[in-house]
Amino acid sequence: MKPAAFDYIRAGDLSEALDALARHGSDARIIAGGQSLLPMLNMRLAKPTVLIDVMAIPGLDKVRRAGDAIIVPAGVRQAALMRRPELSAEQPLLAAALPWLGHYQTRARGTVCGSAAHADPSAEIPLCLVALDGEIRLRSRRKSRTVKAGDFFAGMMVTDKADDELIEAVVFPVARPGTGHAFKEVARRHGDFAIVGCAAVVTADAIHLAVAGVADKPERRSFPLLDGSALSDALNAFAWDLDARDDFHATARLRRDLVRSLGRDTIAEALSCRA
Amino acid sequence: MRPETISWTGQSVERVEDAALLTGRGRFIDDLGVRPGTLHAAILRSPHAHADILSIDSTAAAAMPGVAAIVTGRDLARLTTPMVAGLKVAVENWPMAVERVRYVGEPVAIVVAQDRYLAEDALDAIEIEYAPRPCVVDPLASLGADAPVLHDKAGANLVSDRCFRYGEPEAAFAQAAHRLEVSIAYPRNTGAPMETFGVVADYDPHEDAYEILANFQGPFSIHAVMARCLKVPGNRLRLRMPPDSGGSFGVKQGVAPYAVLIGVAARLARAPVKWIEDRLEHLSAAVAATNRVTTLKAAVTSEGRITALDWDQVEDCGAYPRAPEPATLYRMHGNMTGAYDIANLAIRNRVVLTNKAPTGLVRGFGGPQVYYALERLMQRIAVTLGLDPLAVIRANLIQRGQFPYRTASGALYDSGDYAKAIDLAVADGRLAELERRRNEARAAGRRYGIGFAAAVEPSVSNMGYITSVLTAAERQKAGPKNGAQATATVSLDPVGSVSVHVASVPQGQGHRTVLAQVVADVFGLSREAISVVVDLDTGKDAWSIASGNYSSRFAAAVAGTAHLAATRLRDKLAAIAASQLDVAPAQIGFAGGAVFATGDATKTLPFGRVAALSHWSPALLPDGVDQAIRETAFWTPPELAAPTEDDQVNSSLCHGFIFDMAGVEVDVDTGKVRIDRYVTMHDCGRVLHPGMVEGQIRGGFAQALGATFYEELAYAYDGAFLTGTFADYLLPTATETPDIAILHIETPSPFTPLGAKGVGEGNCMSTPVCLANAVADAIGVAELDLPLTPARIAALVAAAEPARPASDGGRAAELGAARPGDRTLRGEGQAKVAATPEAIWAMLLDAEQLASIIPGCHGVRKLSETHFKADVTLGVGPVKGRYKAEIRLSDLDGPKAATLTGSVSGALGTGGGSGRVILSAGEDGLTVISYSYEAAVGGKVAAIGGRLLDGAAKAIIAQFFAALARKAAPAGARTGFFARLLGRRG
Amino acid sequence: MPRLSATARHRVAFTLNGRPVSLEAEPRLLATDALRHGLGATGTHVGCEHGVCGACTIQIDGAPARACLTLAVQLEGRDVRTVEGLSPAADRLSVMQAAFRRHHALQCGFCTAGILISLDAFLREQPHPTEDELREVVGGHLCRCTGYTPIIRAALEAAAQLLDAPPLPEPAHV
Repeated sequence: MKPAAFDYIRAGDLSEALDALARHGSDARIIAGGQSLLPMLNMRLAKPTVLIDVMAIPGLDKVRRAGDAIIVPAGVRQAALMRRPELSAEQPLLAAALPWLGHYQTRARGTVCGSAAHADPSAEIPLCLVALDGEIRLRSRRKSRTVKAGDFFAGMMVTDKADDELIEAVVFPVARPGTGHAFKEVARRHGDFAIVGCAAVVTADAIHLAVAGVADKPERRSFPLLDGSALSDALNAFAWDLDARDDFHATARLRRDLVRSLGRDTIAEALSCRA
Repeated sequence: MRPETISWTGQSVERVEDAALLTGRGRFIDDLGVRPGTLHAAILRSPHAHADILSIDSTAAAAMPGVAAIVTGRDLARLTTPMVAGLKVAVENWPMAVERVRYVGEPVAIVVAQDRYLAEDALDAIEIEYAPRPCVVDPLASLGADAPVLHDKAGANLVSDRCFRYGEPEAAFAQAAHRLEVSIAYPRNTGAPMETFGVVADYDPHEDAYEILANFQGPFSIHAVMARCLKVPGNRLRLRMPPDSGGSFGVKQGVAPYAVLIGVAARLARAPVKWIEDRLEHLSAAVAATNRVTTLKAAVTSEGRITALDWDQVEDCGAYPRAPEPATLYRMHGNMTGAYDIANLAIRNRVVLTNKAPTGLVRGFGGPQVYYALERLMQRIAVTLGLDPLAVIRANLIQRGQFPYRTASGALYDSGDYAKAIDLAVADGRLAELERRRNEARAAGRRYGIGFAAAVEPSVSNMGYITSVLTAAERQKAGPKNGAQATATVSLDPVGSVSVHVASVPQGQGHRTVLAQVVADVFGLSREAISVVVDLDTGKDAWSIASGNYSSRFAAAVAGTAHLAATRLRDKLAAIAASQLDVAPAQIGFAGGAVFATGDATKTLPFGRVAALSHWSPALLPDGVDQAIRETAFWTPPELAAPTEDDQVNSSLCHGFIFDMAGVEVDVDTGKVRIDRYVTMHDCGRVLHPGMVEGQIRGGFAQALGATFYEELAYAYDGAFLTGTFADYLLPTATETPDIAILHIETPSPFTPLGAKGVGEGNCMSTPVCLANAVADAIGVAELDLPLTPARIAALVAAAEPARPASDGGRAAELGAARPGDRTLRGEGQAKVAATPEAIWAMLLDAEQLASIIPGCHGVRKLSETHFKADVTLGVGPVKGRYKAEIRLSDLDGPKAATLTGSVSGALGTGGGSGRVILSAGEDGLTVISYSYEAAVGGKVAAIGGRLLDGAAKAIIAQFFAALARKAAPAGARTGFFARLLGRRG
Repeated sequence: MPRLSATARHRVAFTLNGRPVSLEAEPRLLATDALRHGLGATGTHVGCEHGVCGACTIQIDGAPARACLTLAVQLEGRDVRTVEGLSPAADRLSVMQAAFRRHHALQCGFCTAGILISLDAFLREQPHPTEDELREVVGGHLCRCTGYTPIIRAALEAAAQLLDAPPLPEPAHV
């Protein structure tokens, strides 16, 4: 299990990375933390001819706060975001979700943007981005653009990112006062990809529930402040709407059941911690 | 001052092995240096479950940088013979496919190159043309008259069918108040040691001799199989084992076929060749435990006393009955009545072959399959008759006074006090508290259950048990087989220091520590004074067929044999010392590094002086002592006789006892099980090292926990292997593995030199069924198969599902729900294209147009009007591969409908599928294309990227129709078109 | 912009257990192979090559990393620590290593290096770990021999000793 051969470019600044992307397009892959890419290289599922390492680019490893936005550039490792002292106040959903992401060891290397780029439908970072209506900042030689998370994730490992674009940063909104957040997931083992992950954001007049692991990308629905059977009906509709599939780790039925039960628990917790 | 004897045996001393392992100085096979010029092998493996190999084109691969040789099945067949099997059937057991592949992962070719990276590059360039055959993965289906036959010469997949009868089972069933039965489909799992297989081989053409280093674990009866396969006498296969081995759990027995393969590769490459198996190879093709379908019937009195058992076992050995199989089925043959006194017994044992990887030794070795059925049956008897489960167990136990106890099928249970062990476990394990917790949980509406399991743990296998698969007449013809030859050597060097060597090749069991303890006690030395070497070289060390580290034989057999060798040497030293000190040998004592005459403090000699005497002053040896330099002891217990005329066999020497109980709580929402408390009571005879015994129990428990909830080597109905990575074959981690309570009683074995019995495998036998019984108690179900996944448990407890809302389009059949193991990808969708149906129809039939529509197409060759071949690059996200594709059009109803059938094959695997496309004219000059498809994917991508497949199929089909739309109406593409094309259900 | 060609070997220099080292590596060479076969540091083991088992865990600039998911060229200029660098002297064990030996927290020893490296990194971040935290850290490793509990006991005891606190009482059965 050894990778096929590739050239390796250690980009010294963003411009170098964008030049290389523009030149090599789909033959190139960005490497940041490498926690998703390297397994695919070792198994030869992916055989890019050029790897562009962005971790030496100055400034990409610092989380920035700009008004109501938490800006997480491409070089920020998951562990670094998790250790941010103000994170639980700034964005409690993210603080709650990050410990579920892989393991201590993989978080120490894996980046936040890398997880977004990988677009695994069970993953926590894409789920939080979708739940919070976050944004992805894309940059290429041609242009810079910002895409809403809901439009960015297109399917299993498929995103709206063009071959010559890189994710410069992902942006999470700062939690608004009076908003409740909760995150729950069920996996076969701790640290595994979620069978179902739920992220709830409850405001004064709406419930937003995002679900990972069921459809081929994280999906979000918004309801008024329902409860009782009305909420059950809404969750049931959501569960069916996601078109769950059987796979080796769980059945479609269990996934729908979890959207209904775990979804309800997550919403309840978000309601209870609405400040 | 008189020296005191220090007793090391029985103490939890720190292990001598650990300092090196903790500081990175272990010597595992891949840590050892190799000769300069050593080449590296990589193995190409079959993506098909069953197919003929039509051609292998390695021209391009052979020309690649650094490639030294490419070995195929034909080369192998030229230089070797098929491996001998335990069964007398017309099956050729090749270690690599010859002409035909029979399981996914079967070796097909070996590339030998300067390094592993270059070897893997060349693998990708070997082109193999396969003609797939129908396959069979289910053992019962494999028995069917219409099942595809794996080995034509054998004529059928049923390769052994034996019936056994002990006592009067028919009469007992006829007279029984109750007849109960359980049916079990036991899944495949494996030991998954953290270190994979490794082999370094060299060949001397002048001596026609192989020298092979491998992390093999025995039994060394397999050495004979390897030598014969390589067509050399045993003394021309020098097999060496490295000092350290990273776990085995039985599995490293399975390195044997690779020792042959790499030996042949070295011969053809004319250089030493090294191969380290990777994890994907290991999970797909190393060694699986057998999956087994069992029906177990019991004749039972109204009080729950079992008067007879009737077993029907269908054992699935995969594609080849590889030696020592079908040993998994017969290892327990003497123990089929478990811990119970049952005189009447019927057994039918069938062995079938299926298109799955061959099976072999895995910790527990046949025990998990047997006890899962037997102890589930015990619980079912209690539930059905309204009895207390523990009372049913107690009512049937073999009683203390019955030992040594001969079971119906011939095992001789050495010692035990099962009732007392259970009483102690119930008291010290606080069953009453578990029952209180169950009552409280149930009162609160939670699902809490308690499970029990009693198991007899056999150890020290009788090398003759496997011959029970043959009839008495066949056994007579072949010559009786029996015994369990163990060997140990103790030697004294010219300064009188003591070295020990055993033929046991440990994989982490601390043999060096325990042997030092045992031998130190014999000589009255400190344990640090004893040096123990455990790496083995068949070219110069003492060994026999039973050598190796399996069937939990170390403490009972090997340590005892070392004790025997040391005692012989000590007795000689006593004679020497007696003559030096002028006393009687019986007066001589050994303690504190001195040899002395008991009762006379003036008569004492340093141990080293006596021990060195044979080297320096043989003239001083007393009469009757030839030398006291080296003693090699061989030991085999007389109790291990060959099977009798009437098929009774004492399949193992020692029989430990385990009683487990567990309290669990099932979460009905998630289907997950929380272990509230687990108690395991063991009687493994005399304990030589309590810390290591605890380690064996905890490790066995953790593996059993995996078998219970997480682990399965899973295959799709079409033979695709689904669990090729540690992301799909799930081992329990520290967050899943609870602490357990361990209890002991000791009834020493009268049959072993030290009174010890094996303890390494018991929890693999008792724990899965104990936990399953607890889960069954919690949720009130009768049938329960492993692994107990959340989906499986949730399905058992789930209420009716809330209906799909009526507004959801009223889709008729739910997609993706099919028979278990069905990995068929299904989908349907719709696209609107701004062109007429006729225009689209013309495109579908035009090779050049198709070439521009098919995603990643590098050109289409038209073989006929409806048959095309193409080279395509397919992928989703970063996952990309190049494939050869074949497309056929059929059921043409132009310009309205057509069926497209396609297949692809490439380095990442194979795929095939078909789809029906229906064109209908819509509004505004648009054509509506409706399509539905079914596809299946096999090979590497199914084994490692299962989660990807649905998405990949969707994406590729979407790409196809997007391209079709663009091509048909280049100006018609609009914003959102692609999204609509993808479709919610695409 | 440094561009390393796929087909050539390139000099990679970094610090390994406090000493400067270098080797020649193609871009695709995995850090596991570079350490083990390039530099002879065979204490780091390879168990899965897809980042799950944790046997190959090393420290890069003090943080844990799966060496099988790291390219040798990514080590350029870094401070790398492996199991060979954990003990205070060639003939001594570290506090954690000694605790592992006392508690029989290893059997075959193949996974052990990675676990020691993770615990070493984690205890620097969190010198007062709870059992749950340690289970989560060790949860990033697969051990097939021990059933994990002895590892957790050893880690708890070593953490306490490292704080100069008295060792925990011997755990009782049941």
